[in-house]
Amino acid sequence: MNAPPSPSPSPSPSRSPSPSPPSLAVRSLAYAYPDGTQALYGVDLTIARGERVALLGPNGAGKTTLVMHLNGILTAGHGSVSVAGLPVRPDTVKEIRRRVGLVFQDPDDQLFMPTVRDDVAFGPANMGLRGEALDHRVKHALDRVGMLDVIDRAPHHLSFGQRRRVAVATVLAMEPEILVLDEPSSNLDPFSRRELGEILRGLDITLLMVTHDLPYALELCERSLILSGGVIAADGPTRGVLADAELLAAHRLELPYGFAPPT
Amino acid sequence: MGAGHHHRIFRPGDSVVHRLPPECKIPALAGFVLVVVATSRECMWAFGVYALLLAGVAVAARVPAGFVLKRMVIETPFVLFAVIIPFIGLGERVEVAGLSLSVEGLWAAWNILAKATLGVVAGILLAATTEPRAMLLGARRLKVPPLLVQIAMFMLRYMDVIVDEMRRMRVARESRGFTPRDIRHLPVVARSAGALFIRSYERGERVHLAMMSRGYAGAMPMADGPGASWRQWATAAALPAAALVVAVAGSLW
Repeated sequence: MNAPPSPSPSPSPSRSPSPSPPSLAVRSLAYAYPDGTQALYGVDLTIARGERVALLGPNGAGKTTLVMHLNGILTAGHGSVSVAGLPVRPDTVKEIRRRVGLVFQDPDDQLFMPTVRDDVAFGPANMGLRGEALDHRVKHALDRVGMLDVIDRAPHHLSFGQRRRVAVATVLAMEPEILVLDEPSSNLDPFSRRELGEILRGLDITLLMVTHDLPYALELCERSLILSGGVIAADGPTRGVLADAELLAAHRLELPYGFAPPT
Repeated sequence: MGAGHHHRIFRPGDSVVHRLPPECKIPALAGFVLVVVATSRECMWAFGVYALLLAGVAVAARVPAGFVLKRMVIETPFVLFAVIIPFIGLGERVEVAGLSLSVEGLWAAWNILAKATLGVVAGILLAATTEPRAMLLGARRLKVPPLLVQIAMFMLRYMDVIVDEMRRMRVARESRGFTPRDIRHLPVVARSAGALFIRSYERGERVHLAMMSRGYAGAMPMADGPGASWRQWATAAALPAAALVVAVAGSLW
């Protein structure tokens, strides 16, 4: 049911749709929690390399459940997930977790080591990197989010916006195929929100952003999906999705007051 | 919270004591405390010498007396307990300023006070000169079971987060007119404690997910420098060694 990747040229250079397998392919994914609550009813979606896609949806639509499937924390009840051609299975989960960089909503959950340096090194060190190579990887990742100067600080001594950026770096350090962000703009002041947006836009990486922040989706993602009631209810250019007031209303999504729908 | 945070017990510096690797300082502290505890309480002058040794360390580490004194408040419960003993002690009694005190109790109180104070001061000096993270590294190099080091690490990382959560819950209670005054309010406070426990437990689950997402497989990678040199070991050993000489001299006296 889902459309092919948007033909419009991607703003990130050199990552135009290529014959390589899509960064993310989800096929008729269904999942019920152990208590019987059905969260996903058959999700289909494909994200090509270099695309930036927003996953929109009201609370309880199954967004978080879907995200948990992308790196094998939950395993599909039915259907399949594959990342750059590699299916998510118990025996591939280690490589899958390297390929899918998950940035959680609360940076205090993501940053658990005593210093920023240790935290950013956690992922690559688990992949076996040591010494000089590890150090280089850590510094490069922090540099990409402009946080190199806090490398020796403790995460709980940083501001919220700084912590969110360091959380992005912890995942970038694993050089993932796709970056998945859960509500990246939540709890950020407008300045930090814009700063983070600029950083995300500057990354040359496939990006899936789970959010209710529709203007943020419009700003950063050329394509949007609406997940509602456990299925993909809409898939198209963000501009078009946000301009469809009826579609938004049908899925409990709203543009902020005073925000003109894009035309 | 956020920026503008300062360490409450670590005092940044660049003294000999600060530069000593943690895996030397921790055993040195443990050795010193063991010697102090093993010294007989009748050998009062030995405790004076121990205090001088610690003062020497404090001077070398450039930790001012006021800094140490303020943090010694933690000892208060022991002091209170020690003060009570001479009154409730049995056996032979003496009159001091009109009060009847037990001789055995006085000795016991002195024993607790002297040894606890020396131990607390030594601990404060270690904490003042060793970053919390270095302490964990030291524990790991000393082959403390990795699980214990990880638990300590998470405690260190999440202490502030949980204290902050607790503060928010208290503010939320008080904003709605709750002021704990008597015993009947205890259930409310207890329920808050329960809620805090559940919140922390759920955070633990989320942290575990975040760890799994980055390839956690049981081991905690931490940047590690070179090990301690024999010279550093010797420097750190000076404190317990000097204390041991004093203790042996004291027992032969």
